[in-house]
Amino acid sequence: MKLTLWTYEGPPHVGAMRVATGMTGLHYVLHAPQGDTYADLLFTMIERRNHRPPVTYTTFQARDLGADTANLFKDAARDAYARFKPQAMIVGASCTAELIQDDPGGLAGALDLPCPVIPLDLPSYQRKENFGADETFHQLCRALSKPMPRTDSITCNILGATALGFRHRDDVAEVTKLLGLMGITVNVAAPLGSTPADIVRMGQAHFNVLLYPETGEGAARCLEKTCGQPYTKVVPLGVGATRDFLHEVASLTGLSPKVDESALRLPWWSASVDSTYLTGKRVFLFGDATHVIAAARIAATEIGFEVVGMGCYNREFARPMRAAAKAYGLEALITDDYLEVEDAIAAAAPELILGTQQERHIGKRLGIPCAVISSPVHVQDFPARYSPQMGFEGANVIFDTWIHPLVMGLEEHLLTMFREDFEFHSDAGPSHHGGKADLREVPDEAPLASVAGGALPPGFAAPRDISEQMKPEATAPLLGEPVWLAAAERELKKIPFFVRGKAKRNTEGYAREKGVAEISVETLYEAKAHYAR
Amino acid sequence: MSLDSPALAPNRGCRDTPVLKERGQREVFCGLTGIIWLHRKMQDAFFLVVGSRTCAHLLQSAAGVMIFAEPRFGTAILEEKDLAGLADANTELDREVARLLTRRPDIKQLFLVGSCPSEVIKLDLARAAERLSGLHAPHVRVYNYSGSGIETTFTQGEDACLAAMVPTLASTTARELLVVGALPDVVEDQCLSLLAQLGIGPVRMLPARRAADLPAVGPETVFALVQPFLGDTHAALIRRGARHLPAAFPFGEEGTTLWLWAVAQEFGISRDHFDAVTAAPRARAAKAVAAHAATLNGKSVFFFPDSQLEIPLARFLARECGMTPLEVGTPFLHAAITGPDLDLLPEGPVISEGQDVDRQLDRQHAAAPDLTVCGLGLANPLEAQGHTTKWAIELVFTPVHFYEQAGDLAALFSRPLRRKALLSKGVAA
Ligand code: SF4
Ligand code: SF4
Repeated sequence: MKLTLWTYEGPPHVGAMRVATGMTGLHYVLHAPQGDTYADLLFTMIERRNHRPPVTYTTFQARDLGADTANLFKDAARDAYARFKPQAMIVGASCTAELIQDDPGGLAGALDLPCPVIPLDLPSYQRKENFGADETFHQLCRALSKPMPRTDSITCNILGATALGFRHRDDVAEVTKLLGLMGITVNVAAPLGSTPADIVRMGQAHFNVLLYPETGEGAARCLEKTCGQPYTKVVPLGVGATRDFLHEVASLTGLSPKVDESALRLPWWSASVDSTYLTGKRVFLFGDATHVIAAARIAATEIGFEVVGMGCYNREFARPMRAAAKAYGLEALITDDYLEVEDAIAAAAPELILGTQQERHIGKRLGIPCAVISSPVHVQDFPARYSPQMGFEGANVIFDTWIHPLVMGLEEHLLTMFREDFEFHSDAGPSHHGGKADLREVPDEAPLASVAGGALPPGFAAPRDISEQMKPEATAPLLGEPVWLAAAERELKKIPFFVRGKAKRNTEGYAREKGVAEISVETLYEAKAHYAR
Repeated sequence: MSLDSPALAPNRGCRDTPVLKERGQREVFCGLTGIIWLHRKMQDAFFLVVGSRTCAHLLQSAAGVMIFAEPRFGTAILEEKDLAGLADANTELDREVARLLTRRPDIKQLFLVGSCPSEVIKLDLARAAERLSGLHAPHVRVYNYSGSGIETTFTQGEDACLAAMVPTLASTTARELLVVGALPDVVEDQCLSLLAQLGIGPVRMLPARRAADLPAVGPETVFALVQPFLGDTHAALIRRGARHLPAAFPFGEEGTTLWLWAVAQEFGISRDHFDAVTAAPRARAAKAVAAHAATLNGKSVFFFPDSQLEIPLARFLARECGMTPLEVGTPFLHAAITGPDLDLLPEGPVISEGQDVDRQLDRQHAAAPDLTVCGLGLANPLEAQGHTTKWAIELVFTPVHFYEQAGDLAALFSRPLRRKALLSKGVAA
């Protein structure tokens, strides 16, 4: 047993639903208890679909347990065919039905329905949503597609886009456009937007574009084997990756990789002097492996951030994830426990988090700006406007999205200049975001009065008076950990909040290195000088 | 409305209307969902679901933002090895509970909530609760109930939870009123204040906000339900010797008045005093409802089954807002509990219990109601077909009981209709 408060992925049958709901003409008969229909609202609400997912649930109840559930399944499958007349059906069990051991595949097979019925074996107690989607799509291809003569002109299939995928709708459109610029038409994009009949004719394409390895790799391998179609390994996320992708496609097809880049703005936006302040901003990345690996490249080489942490929740991609992290001198964080992610983020003290909706909440808790780069996401990340992540327009979208949560350049300079300003301080927050800016309390007493009382207001400490600086913090220090003296701690607070975390870490690191047990104002500035570049 | 002139009641109610009972695909939540409001109500309780990744995902999908505010619920996800040996599953559970209670020393009540997987593999959570109660007494009391989809539908999870607490409540011989059903704090306070002004007391609540405030129960206890879905809790209280005060549910001006009057009569409150206390809030409620009744009057409404609130709500919409119910679907029909509401609901609608969702959708299409009350899995698809919908879950998650919320309750139903009118003007312009 594992206590879980939040999950990055649903159970595998939700992955199968993502495939079925992305398609038309396919119906899913799912052996499941009544409550499992909750999953419908992921599609009708979060993705705002205007139709019910094509799923029939048997919704068995306690009184059906025993002999009756198998018949219930057969009735449900028969009725579903009669009502929806699908081109093909997939059948399977949810976690509870897996335990009662009816065999959906066998039961449905015995019905002799007049359409292909594809049984799914999704181990609910071992695997998760992405596996469910990948396996379902894989089984569909295995059952339906077959070798065919190639189309006369050069065509490809686009693999992996599903319902409830992060920006899948617009990514498919953007990649289709890109391929069009090279002179390639799309034969079938699947599962999203396809039918079982389309899956049958996938074999006639010249090659496959694997858009999302998480949900399409099984199918890509299967098609490579059965239809001899090579598939692309580069995911066109970011400017560099998009150009690499075009070169990869060129090498597969013999066409020219040079395409019209006139609408690509990220490189100039990033080069313009307004972006200089972005240099070396510390960024932490978390999400699915594909999006994180791509985001790291964009962050480091196209925007000029420093990647200070990266990881993914999908263990299936731990190996490429680890390799990618190594290139940035990092150890990848592979976990599906959000508390571990929160700890890692707190320890890395980044200035920007790029993650899922969970990291957004972590960012909110820690007071760190955040942008969303990966599933799982909520309703606002299924936008009405065109917002791909892939290709050149995707790069434009990414630049805007990532920069927006940061404090703007001029504002950052003024914040540095007037650090302790009463209306312009760390708790006031960025000017272009919601939230009330509280004025800071200004002490009424004149400095002299305080001097008389013995305590100096912050910033007025006479240089010789070290009594304040010698007063350690009230809390007991951890053995071996440097302690912040009160004055140094006050000085630290004067540093603008967006660099404070970094200053704190650097100072502590410096103190440890030098064997300094107590951090004074001096130590703070020595460390600053030490790390100055 | 007048309390003692049945002449104003409709010609006949729906008490004897034959019920359309259906079996087939159900489009409803399981009882686990009750955790989402129960954990807010019981401030020192933790709800630990013993289930699968599906259960965890359901809670997270239904709880939306709340999952992030230091949740007091979680799922112990069963793994392969737990399925292989039940002895190990018990050891694992003990370990996870011990770890949880160390991390959250503020927890005084722990609910082990059964799910479909735990029920199917026959993991004995009742025994586990006893064992763990012993281990962690006296600091923490451990209860068990099932919120599984194979046994419970949506709000029945609250029923199962409260019913599990009843046998453990202290005994008393005091004559007390017990108000049963989780209410938002603001509504609970209004309810208590009205009862106090009437001179009725002492009043206890089930569930209580904290373990220390749990009520006692005994032969002199009388109880009134504020939610219609509390069948098992009702039965458990009667087993403890308590007596039920049947009444219409406190929705709308009329429902609230009838509910209060049923209690007032039991405590020998005079009619004059009752009128003096309720006159002002009744007038306020009637006025607030009237503002929305203008939109709702003459419109038809169709209820898909969801929470068991459907019958009292249909009664409110029919009698106070002038709507015509076409079908009132409910997951379960407890005639003993919703009887007073059925008596008042004007004859006419189909009363259906259970569901075969595709057939019910066929009926809904044929009926073409002005407003359809349904779950979130159906709402957008129906809207896309041109129907106007009110998503039902909001009726459980929003304060809607008693006088001061009567206007808000009517507004929940009028808003989709007003919106439809607004948007259609926009397109026409
Ligand atoms: S229906 Fe059963 S398996 Fe599904 S979420 Fe509810 S308790 Fe869990
Ligand atoms: S705030 Fe978080 S949980 Fe709520 S809708 Fe947005 S992303 Fe979802």
